[in-house]
Amino acid sequence: MSENMINVPTMADLAAKGLTPEILFWVGCAGSFDERAKSITAAFVKILNKLSVNFAVLGTEESCTGEPAKRAGNEFLFQVQAVSNIEVMNAYGIKKIVTACPHCFNTIKNEYPELGGNYEVLHHSEFLQQLINEGKIKLQGGGEFKGKKITYHDSCYLGRSNNIYEAPRKVLEILDAELVEMKRSRTKGLCCGAGGAQMFKEPEPGFKDINIERTEEAIETGAKVIAAACPFCMTMLSDGVKNKEKESDIKVYDIAELIAKYEGL
Amino acid sequence: MEFLPQVIFLLLLSASGFFITKSILRIRRNILLGRDINRYDRPGERLKMMTLVALGQKKMFKRPLPAILHLFVYVGFIIINIEVLEIIIDGLFGTHRIFAPVFKGLYPSLINIFEFLAISVLVSCAIFLVRRNIIKVKRFDGEEMKRWPKLDANIILSIEIFLMICFLSMNTSDGILQTRGSEHYIATGDFFFTGFLKPLFNGLDNSELIFIERFGWWAHIIGILAFAMYVFTDSKHLHIFIAFPNTYFSKLDPAGRLSNMPEVTKEVKLMLNLPVDAGNDNAAPGRFGAKDVQDLTWKNLMEAYSCTECGRCTSQCPANLTGKKLSPRKIMMDTRDRLEEVGRNIEEKGKDHQDGKSLLGDYITVEEIMACTTCNACVEACPVNIDPVSIILQLRRFKIMEESQAPASWNGMFSNIENNFAPWKFSPSDRLNWVQKLNQ
Ligand code: SF4
Ligand code: SF4
Repeated sequence: MSENMINVPTMADLAAKGLTPEILFWVGCAGSFDERAKSITAAFVKILNKLSVNFAVLGTEESCTGEPAKRAGNEFLFQVQAVSNIEVMNAYGIKKIVTACPHCFNTIKNEYPELGGNYEVLHHSEFLQQLINEGKIKLQGGGEFKGKKITYHDSCYLGRSNNIYEAPRKVLEILDAELVEMKRSRTKGLCCGAGGAQMFKEPEPGFKDINIERTEEAIETGAKVIAAACPFCMTMLSDGVKNKEKESDIKVYDIAELIAKYEGL
Repeated sequence: MEFLPQVIFLLLLSASGFFITKSILRIRRNILLGRDINRYDRPGERLKMMTLVALGQKKMFKRPLPAILHLFVYVGFIIINIEVLEIIIDGLFGTHRIFAPVFKGLYPSLINIFEFLAISVLVSCAIFLVRRNIIKVKRFDGEEMKRWPKLDANIILSIEIFLMICFLSMNTSDGILQTRGSEHYIATGDFFFTGFLKPLFNGLDNSELIFIERFGWWAHIIGILAFAMYVFTDSKHLHIFIAFPNTYFSKLDPAGRLSNMPEVTKEVKLMLNLPVDAGNDNAAPGRFGAKDVQDLTWKNLMEAYSCTECGRCTSQCPANLTGKKLSPRKIMMDTRDRLEEVGRNIEEKGKDHQDGKSLLGDYITVEEIMACTTCNACVEACPVNIDPVSIILQLRRFKIMEESQAPASWNGMFSNIENNFAPWKFSPSDRLNWVQKLNQ
C-alpha cells in the first residue's frame, strides 16, 4: 500500500532538511482548487513521481500570481502578489519552475523578472517534451489512443504569447494517435474565451459565447478527444462540449492526463 | 513667357513641399504628446524587424492574394519614383525626357518596366475597388468603416488608377509623336506596352496628340503632388511612410508580456517594507492608466497613425467574431481621431485647452474594452505590428485603478486574491488538498 502512496514534498519540508529540489512545480490556483484542474495536477505529479523527478511544491505558501488582476487592469494588486511571491521564491533560492498553467507560466516567465524574480520557467508541455527527447517517456506502441482522432487547442498564452506551438503537439505524437487540426490553429488559433480575466466575469453582450464557437470548431474535426494544455481552456471547452450535449462521446483532456493514461498511471 | 510653365511647376513643387513639411511636423508633435517608452534598445533586431515586416511585407503574405496585389502597388510606387524624378527635372528645366540621352539604349527598357508596373498597379487597384465595393469583402465593413474611412479607401484607389491612366496616355501619345518625327519628341525607341494602345490615338493629328501628352504629363505630376499632400492629411495612406518607423519601434518582447507599471512597483515595495530602487524615485505617479491619448505612450500614438484600416485584426478577434462591440481596428482608429482632435485643439485654442472630452468615454466605450481576452490574435494579424492590446489594457487600468469601476464579479475576484490569495473564495489552507486526488 505505502509504495503506491505518492509523496508531494513542499519547499518548506525540504528546506527543513537542508535540501533544495531541482524543480519547483508551480501548481497555480486552478490546479489547486478547481475540481477538474486538480486531476490535471494529480496526473502531472504522477508522471513526475514515476520518472523520479526531484521536485517540490510551495503548498500553502503559494499564492495567486496576480495574473487575472493584471489583465483586468488592477496593476496594484498584481504587483502586491508578484512581489510577495518573488520574496518567497527567492528566499528558497528557486532556479527552475515548471507549471501546467500557461497564465502562471507567462506571468512568471515574462512579467516577474522586472520585479526581481528571475527563474528558468517551463510550461509542462515543454517539460514533457524534454522528457520525451531524453527518452524518459517512450513510444511503446498501442495504448488507448492509438489511431484515434485527437485535436489540439492552442492556448493563447502558450501560442501567440510565447510562440509555443510545437511542444504540446510533439507530446501528443507519442500517443500514436491521428492528430487533426481545427480550422483555426497555431498562430490563427481561436481563443477559448477565458483569457484577460474573462474567466471571472460574464461575457459582454454578443450573439454567441466564444467557447461555443471554439467547441464547434473542435467538434467539426470529428475528433473524440480534445487536448488542452491550460486549465482555463479546459473549463471553457468542457462547458462547450456540455452545452453541445456531446460529453458522452467527446472528452477534453489535458496533455498531462493523456500522457499519464498512456503510461498507465 | 517662355519660362511660365517652369515657374508654375516650381511654385507647385514648393507649395506641396511646404504643406508636406508642415504636416509631418504636426504629426510628429501629436505623436510626442504621448508618454515616453523605451524603444531605443536593440537596434540590430529592430532593423531586422523593419526590413522583414515593412520593406519585406512579411506579414502580408498570410493572405497571398491581397499580398501579391498589394506588392504590385507597393513596388510600382517605389520604382515609378525614378520616373517622377525625371518629370521633376524636366519640369524645372523645361527639358523633355532628360534621362533618354543619359540611359541611351537602356531607356526604353526602363520605360517598359514603368509601364508594366503602371498596368499592374492599375489592375490591382481595380481589383481592390471591386473587392471593397462589389464583392464587399467582410473585413472592409464594420461600424468604424462607414463614411470617411470608406471614402478614403476609394479615393486612394481611384487616384492611383487616374495617375496610371495619365501616365499611360502620356506615353502612348509621346510614342506616336516620336514616330511622326515631331519636333521636341526625340526618338527614344519603342515603348512596348503603350505600343498596343497606339491604335486608339492614331487618328489624331499632332496638335491633339501634343495636347494629350502635355495634359497627361501635367495631370500626372500635379496628381502625384496632390496625392502626396493627401497622404499627410487625415488618410490611412500615411502607412506607406510611417509603417517603417512603426515596425522599427515594435515591441520585441514576447507578445504575452504586458508592461509593469514602475510607479506602482515603488508604492508596492514601500507598502511591503521592501527596499525601493533609487532609480524609481522620480517616476511621477500622475494618472494610473489611460483616460485620454496623452496618457498613452508615443508608440501607441504612432501605431494609431500607422493603421491601414485593413481589418485583419478585427477579423481574427474572438470578441468581435462572436458579436461583441470590441473591434481592435476601431480602437486604433478612435485613438487616431481623438489624437487629431487634441492636435487641432492645440493649434486653435492653445496648448492647455480642455475640451472636456476623452478617448475613453467619448470614443471608446467601457463595453468595448471589457470584452478583450488579451488573446493577441489582433497583434499577430496586423501587417504593421500594431498592438491594440496595449491601449485596451491602459484604458482598463484607468477604469479600475482611478475610477474603481470594475464589474462586480471582478471586484469579487480582486477581493478573493487579496484575502484568500486565489481568484476564488477558497481557504488558503486548503491549497494542498488536491493531493488527495493522487491516492484515490
Ligand atoms: S487581444 Fe483582445 S482585441 Fe485583440 S483579438 Fe484578442 S480579444 Fe480581440
Ligand atoms: S491595427 Fe493593423 S490589422 Fe488592424 S486594421 Fe490597423 S493595420 Fe489592419
